[in-house]
Amino acid sequence: MFIFLRCVLLKKIDNHEGALSMQNELKVVSNATCTFCGCVCDDIELTVEGNHITKAKNACVLGKAWFLNHQAGEGPVARIRGKEATVEEAVEEAARILVDAKFPIIYGLSDTTCEAQRVTVAIADWIGASIDTTTSVCHGPSGMAFQGVGEITCSLGEVRNRADLVIFWGSNPAESHPRHWGRYSTMPKGLFVPNGRKDRTVVLVDVRRTKSAPAADIFLQIKPRKDFEVLWMLRALVKGLTINEADLIDTGVTLEQLQNLVDKMKACKFGVLFFGMGLSMTRGKHLNVEAALALARDLNAFTRFYANPMRGHGNVTGADNVVSWQTGYPFGVNLGRGYPRFNPGEFTTTDTLARKEADAAMIIASDPMGNFSQAAREHLGSIPFIALDTKETSTTRAAAVAFTTATYGINVPGTVYRMDDVPIPLRPAFESPYPSDEKILRALEKKVLHLLKEKLQASN
Amino acid sequence: MAITVIKGGKIYDPTHGINGEVRDIWIKDGKIIAPPIEPDSLPEKVIDATGRIIMPGGVDMHCHIAGPKVNLARKMRPEDKRYAPHVSRTALTRSGTIGSVPSTFATGYLYAGLGYTTAFDAAVPPLSARHAHEELQDTPIIDKGFYLLMGNNHYALEQIAKNDNEKLRSFTAWLLESAKGYAIKLVNPGGVEVWKSGGANISEIDQDIGHFNCTPRQIIQGLSQTAMDIGLPHAVHIHCNNLGIPGNWRTTQATMDALEGRRAHLTHIQFHSYGGEPDDQGKFCSKVQELAEFVNSHPEVTVDVGQVLFGETTSMTGDGPLGYYLHKVTGKKWTSADTEMEAGCGIVPMVYKEKSFVNALQWAIGLEWYLLVKDPWQIAMSTDHPNGGSFLAYPEIIQLLMDRTYRQEILKRVHPRVLERSCLKDLDREYTLNEIAIITRAGPARMLGLKNKGHLGIGADGDVTIYNESSNILAMFELPYMVIKYGKVVVEKSEIRLQVPGNTLHVSPSFDPGLVGDIRKWFESYYTIQFENYPVTDEYLSGGGTMIPCNKK
Repeated sequence: MFIFLRCVLLKKIDNHEGALSMQNELKVVSNATCTFCGCVCDDIELTVEGNHITKAKNACVLGKAWFLNHQAGEGPVARIRGKEATVEEAVEEAARILVDAKFPIIYGLSDTTCEAQRVTVAIADWIGASIDTTTSVCHGPSGMAFQGVGEITCSLGEVRNRADLVIFWGSNPAESHPRHWGRYSTMPKGLFVPNGRKDRTVVLVDVRRTKSAPAADIFLQIKPRKDFEVLWMLRALVKGLTINEADLIDTGVTLEQLQNLVDKMKACKFGVLFFGMGLSMTRGKHLNVEAALALARDLNAFTRFYANPMRGHGNVTGADNVVSWQTGYPFGVNLGRGYPRFNPGEFTTTDTLARKEADAAMIIASDPMGNFSQAAREHLGSIPFIALDTKETSTTRAAAVAFTTATYGINVPGTVYRMDDVPIPLRPAFESPYPSDEKILRALEKKVLHLLKEKLQASN
Repeated sequence: MAITVIKGGKIYDPTHGINGEVRDIWIKDGKIIAPPIEPDSLPEKVIDATGRIIMPGGVDMHCHIAGPKVNLARKMRPEDKRYAPHVSRTALTRSGTIGSVPSTFATGYLYAGLGYTTAFDAAVPPLSARHAHEELQDTPIIDKGFYLLMGNNHYALEQIAKNDNEKLRSFTAWLLESAKGYAIKLVNPGGVEVWKSGGANISEIDQDIGHFNCTPRQIIQGLSQTAMDIGLPHAVHIHCNNLGIPGNWRTTQATMDALEGRRAHLTHIQFHSYGGEPDDQGKFCSKVQELAEFVNSHPEVTVDVGQVLFGETTSMTGDGPLGYYLHKVTGKKWTSADTEMEAGCGIVPMVYKEKSFVNALQWAIGLEWYLLVKDPWQIAMSTDHPNGGSFLAYPEIIQLLMDRTYRQEILKRVHPRVLERSCLKDLDREYTLNEIAIITRAGPARMLGLKNKGHLGIGADGDVTIYNESSNILAMFELPYMVIKYGKVVVEKSEIRLQVPGNTLHVSPSFDPGLVGDIRKWFESYYTIQFENYPVTDEYLSGGGTMIPCNKK
């Protein structure tokens, strides 16, 4: 008896020490990729202890929060109407919801890998859903402007190596993309910019003096809702047309300021205009962006000039690319007739929800219950939907079927696209007990195909 | 272990000199085998091809089907697809859109539907190789790969300027291996860098390109030599300087002379064959006879045509300044995307009109090329899809080549001045089926160094196209009876029967690992991603990928 107890005790100590050594198991992951914002910095050095990241060298404040504050998921992998279920049961239920729906919609996708996005579009295809990404609430208007005018863009390394004039319009990089300046656009020394910041003129145009303003050489505070007018004034000045001071009343800028800017733009060797949601999501939306894109294009008569969007969530650019290559259109796509159709406003998610058209949904790596309009939220709450997310959100709590999945870039490898369309691999830090989005989605695709086949056979 | 036999078809296998003979084709485990002599080896599948025409699967060696530039064009042009035919999903296959830049699944199905089983994207910047590979994974059925843009690559330019051929060779090998690419592509060598640096463009191959202290001539010579030295299966693939500009035939001639006997492939040669002067559209004329003479006396040089077809399409090119030029000329929307240290690109919608003198002459110039190059093994069919037109127009080109009456009919409709500026009306030659088989499969496979493609000999991949013989050439080639990929039926009666992923073909040339340190040092000074995150690993290769060996001397 005594010997037995002693053995049990020793075993417990062994296990405990084993657990401790697991927790203290230290490793360093170099060249890791941060997916918090569109900068997608891939030079992060992670110190990993067990299942916690304790250091994220090179990461900015947002990146550090992303890595260090990462919470492993809690609770079961799968829930049906709030109750724990097996993955198989949940996949079956989710597949039924999607296959039985008449107007299913799929939304989200920016915070997951391209591999997962590709399976998602496949599911949308098989069930004839509408597929839309967070682009539609962010730089969707930029995508539409691009369709009207085209765009003159470049990868961020071109900016690093050549740009001597860098303009930010409707963007606050100090807070939204903290490493943009240091890694890409204003500070770094480049091949043709040997003195880094000293060789550059930085201009900031915004409706208020943000935290980014002190870093700019020139700050133009324009009045809200006047971006469209000012951009067109600049276009006119670039083309040598006459503008009267009177035309600029109520814009917040003077003719002299604009002429000065135009002179700089024409005289630079390589200029780039980075634009943010201050253009794409304010009065005018795609018309603002069109004006900015056209301005950059017009300036190519004089020099090399570019206009690049400051994209947000890590892999929204990947979502755009995947949906585009698989369907031909970037977002707001409907597959209900058996082939892709595109119409922003008709098939975009805020609209299909607010107009109560969707009768089922799948939300991936996104929280519309937390940030959509009341009408959209109310309707989403009234239809059966599936949610995949790494953590509990108001969306997962309201879902008919919810999956807790592992985090891309921290637990899951794969491909993501930086804001300038450069594809970058992920280097995960540690494994998660939860499955990846891709794994769940592949199981779901298989089940959906199976149910569709059954349905077809039943109707024959 | 399954054996398939295709019985009784009329075989066109130019590589083996078979020209319409009735023979059976035996395929086992995806490869063509000799007819088995064991009496009990019954074929699992027997395909009756009696009375039908059999060719190896088609090989398209120059098209734009995958990667950042192609995807930008898709995104940019919803109007191009809205009223165009589309690809509907089936229980087995994905849906897609077509227009001039089809979506990826549609691309794979449409090529297969035409009897093509291999296609290569002509221009990918190495930084975006990962993107091209992802798209190729979603381009089913066909085997595929891409060429890597190098003609404006900063590291390459530096070594070329210093005449450091050893470093150039190692860099090229390392780059192809890292990106899992297939060949070296030069697009407007030096000219794109001049444009990115704020200049206009290059107009002569001896023009200095500024900062890098070298000329297009040196780039052409350096990289054509490198392709040979490291034993790449395909020669250097060149989009000459000055594309599209009247008078550019001289640049093309200078490029040919600069090669000094080295192997090379000059692409979409139609766009580079113009006589006349840049500022006088009236003088625009064809210089194909002069240039074809060179090709006819230089077996080491091959070309693909880049045929223009009348209608709407999209121009897309790694030639950044060309994009700007086309935008100015057409007034249409323009997209340009420059890639750090490597490349550029330009995309502009295009229309080619019968009644336009320039467009009609471009169309005639393409046909002159097919008809004036004597050896069909030196000339491959292409439209530089989608620049001159869609790959879906290949059957129409075949009709134009096989039926001179059809050519003459169109000549009567186009702008009349074409008759005096082109010799097309006097060219009576009509292509035979054997010659068509050469320019659409056997020739391109040989140019690409693909020993197992483009022919039906023992050991070849079991990629076979079966056509219904018909006097209606267009109908015959538009709708094959059956298409077989690695011995399996993938297309039958215009339906996809089997969705296979297709294989990504790539090269993996050897290089001195000691020289990688120098590449890394350069890379880390200028790029904006980590050196370790640049190479593409094997899981991106469609179907597991197939490495095509190099023949290093």
